[in-house]
Amino acid sequence: MSDDRKKDIDDLSGVETTGHEWDGLKELNNPLPRWWVWVFIACCVWSFWYFVAYPAWPVPGGATKGTLGYTQYKELKASQDEILLRQQAYIENFEKSSFDEILKDPALYAFANAGGAAAFKENCAQCHGSGAEGGKAYPNLNDDDWLWGGRVDDIYTTLQHGIRVQNDYDTRQSQMPAFGKDGLLKRKEIEQVVDYVLNLPQDGGAADTEVNTGAGYTIFQENCASCHGADGKGMRDFGAPNLTDKIWLYGGTRAEVFETVYNARAGVMPAWKARLDDNTLRQLAIYVHQLGGGEANEVTPEPVIAPTETDADSNTAPDTPTETPEEIGHEQ
Amino acid sequence: MSNDIQLFKKQERIYPKRVSGTFRTLKWIAMVVCLAIYYLVPFIRWDRGPYVPDQAVLIDLAHGRGYWFGLEIWPQEVYILTGVLIVAAIGLFFATSLFGRVWCGYLCFQTVWTDLFVWVERLVQGDRTKRKKLSEGPWTAEKFIKLSITHVIWLVIAWCTAGSFVLYFNDAPTLVRSFLNFDVSPTVLGFVGGLTFMTYLMAGFAREQVCTFMCPYARFQSAMFGKDTLVIGYDPQRGEPRGHHKKGEPWDNRGHCIDCTACVQVCPMGIDIRDGLQMECIACGLCIDACDEVMTKIDLPKGLIRYDTERRLDEKVKGEPLTPIKLIRPRTVYYIAVLCLVGGLMAYAFAARSVLDLNVLHDRNPLFVQLSDGNIRNGYNIKILNKTHEPRAYSLSVSGLENAHITLNTAGDVAADRITVKANSVGQFKVFVHAPIDPQAPKDITLMIEDLETGAKTEQKTMFISERPHG
Repeated sequence: MSDDRKKDIDDLSGVETTGHEWDGLKELNNPLPRWWVWVFIACCVWSFWYFVAYPAWPVPGGATKGTLGYTQYKELKASQDEILLRQQAYIENFEKSSFDEILKDPALYAFANAGGAAAFKENCAQCHGSGAEGGKAYPNLNDDDWLWGGRVDDIYTTLQHGIRVQNDYDTRQSQMPAFGKDGLLKRKEIEQVVDYVLNLPQDGGAADTEVNTGAGYTIFQENCASCHGADGKGMRDFGAPNLTDKIWLYGGTRAEVFETVYNARAGVMPAWKARLDDNTLRQLAIYVHQLGGGEANEVTPEPVIAPTETDADSNTAPDTPTETPEEIGHEQ
Repeated sequence: MSNDIQLFKKQERIYPKRVSGTFRTLKWIAMVVCLAIYYLVPFIRWDRGPYVPDQAVLIDLAHGRGYWFGLEIWPQEVYILTGVLIVAAIGLFFATSLFGRVWCGYLCFQTVWTDLFVWVERLVQGDRTKRKKLSEGPWTAEKFIKLSITHVIWLVIAWCTAGSFVLYFNDAPTLVRSFLNFDVSPTVLGFVGGLTFMTYLMAGFAREQVCTFMCPYARFQSAMFGKDTLVIGYDPQRGEPRGHHKKGEPWDNRGHCIDCTACVQVCPMGIDIRDGLQMECIACGLCIDACDEVMTKIDLPKGLIRYDTERRLDEKVKGEPLTPIKLIRPRTVYYIAVLCLVGGLMAYAFAARSVLDLNVLHDRNPLFVQLSDGNIRNGYNIKILNKTHEPRAYSLSVSGLENAHITLNTAGDVAADRITVKANSVGQFKVFVHAPIDPQAPKDITLMIEDLETGAKTEQKTMFISERPHG
């Protein structure tokens, strides 16, 4: 049958035409390879299979589910499971190891830091900032100044029980008296003691800081020294800050210090024991410890309490001049 | 259907006839050399010390290293690979502008493996006529056996090819051993399976279709062609009018082409070179061998089909004086210049490659930390790139800042004057710089590391911040 047909050959190119003609224009026929068609058909078949096997067609209320039951949630779950499985090796070791051991083991240390960093961003950054840099009334966790102690164990305790948390008997607890508001001191006396505090050498307690400056000195020794120490270097048992260093949690200007003495300060921090599992808490303790200010466990040169001041974690209404939040004060 | 035009053309099986001659010999040599390089290179050992793989050519994806005998690249040096690709591309352009598609005819893996597969086919089934007969004839026991043998050998070759490919990414002896123990990961098996199938398909079946319909180089190499490019050409002035010739007949008033179609029978692309330069021609030169053989038999000079330029072939037809063949032309000179430039840059890149590098990233949050004693502390993440093949110790120091001291924040006690980094790897450390200065504008400082063994130094500028920007 094909032999009957007369081939229409283009003169110039010598190529057969398709026989179609539009106003004298003819289309040359340079045939595609046949396998090309088969590849095309195979792709079509594959795409139909794909339509059936995977979620594809939009229907009211969603899309077809696909016979394979594929979802990205499952994929996510699978990759999360894989990660958790890989963590397992570390977690077992981590649970067995003491803080001291973790601090010496590069792998565990890195593991704790990674986990701690993630947990910090989720739970702590809201007050302490994403870089743990803190702010007014929110301690900077990068520095070497700690209200309640900067050893990993101290940080761990603070994290577990929080600061001034009701209904937690192990919480960090103390209450500074509101000397002005409660009428314990006269305005004049407060001004004198503020002057005294601001005149303390702010060198972190490097020098002998007991400076006798008259009235202020006397008021300080009678009212403040029981918590802040005779030399003003603070006491970590009470979370009483070191007043002789450069760091002021609530500001170091005369007005700010006056306000502190007049109304008192008492930051709070939640007890995380109830909210986070112990591994996370331990990871967080390591993470905060390694930010730069962490103190070594064995280092306790001072038999009493190391001088410190801002830190640990406290937050409360920093700018409220008059009120401190509800608190059950202990020592005054 | 009144119209039975073939819009899609069935592949016409090509049965290239065996030929011998200069170009066939060249092609055999090229094939053996290429295959030998491909299959054997993964087994060459190259001692780099105890901490680094000793495989001469290895792409270590897991650790992000590429090894090539004495050379080595890290992921951030992948621009060197770009240089290699540029040199390869310009080299291809250069060769093409001089001699046409020699790459396609001799060195391309599609050509090499197709040649190998055709050789197997010929070995089992015989030469052109026999293969054609067998293939087009009815199914007999002989046909079944011969085809089976052919395909089994093809599959074995394809499997070896795929297996060799994987060896470039793994330690070859180890992987071969695990193959022998049937203990190979599904990933490796997947790659080997896929590549086996592709080799079998491409070299066994697709063959010339790849060059004609799939390969982009085949198409754009014509852009490097000129009238002065040496191509495989049929001399129509001498050959035409063609026609059969009986022994003893005179050669007057006719061409030297006796229309024996030897050139067509040997062509792996299935074209007739006498139709002139065609897109399909891969410049393998087998038609030259075939024609020369025939010319020798009938006592005519060789070279009816030969390497020549299109310009000269045209001139010969027109009876004009022939332009001499010019290898040095603006185009070739330009390609050489680019080759030298890129090659020089690469040589420089390798020569200037340092085996010690330092990256410093200043902490962004917090920018600085006020310490209780009034000092300021800045944090940095540093990366020490130890590109030597042994563990090294370094000292880290800071300059540009008075009374500064450095502490490291790592597990255990690591002092800044002795930081160790494992062989051929990156050590990452958190570093604190403390300085007793009053708040002032950001200060430019320099962190420097020194190899304690060789004294090699490298430094990185960074800054020491002690005040919030904008106060």
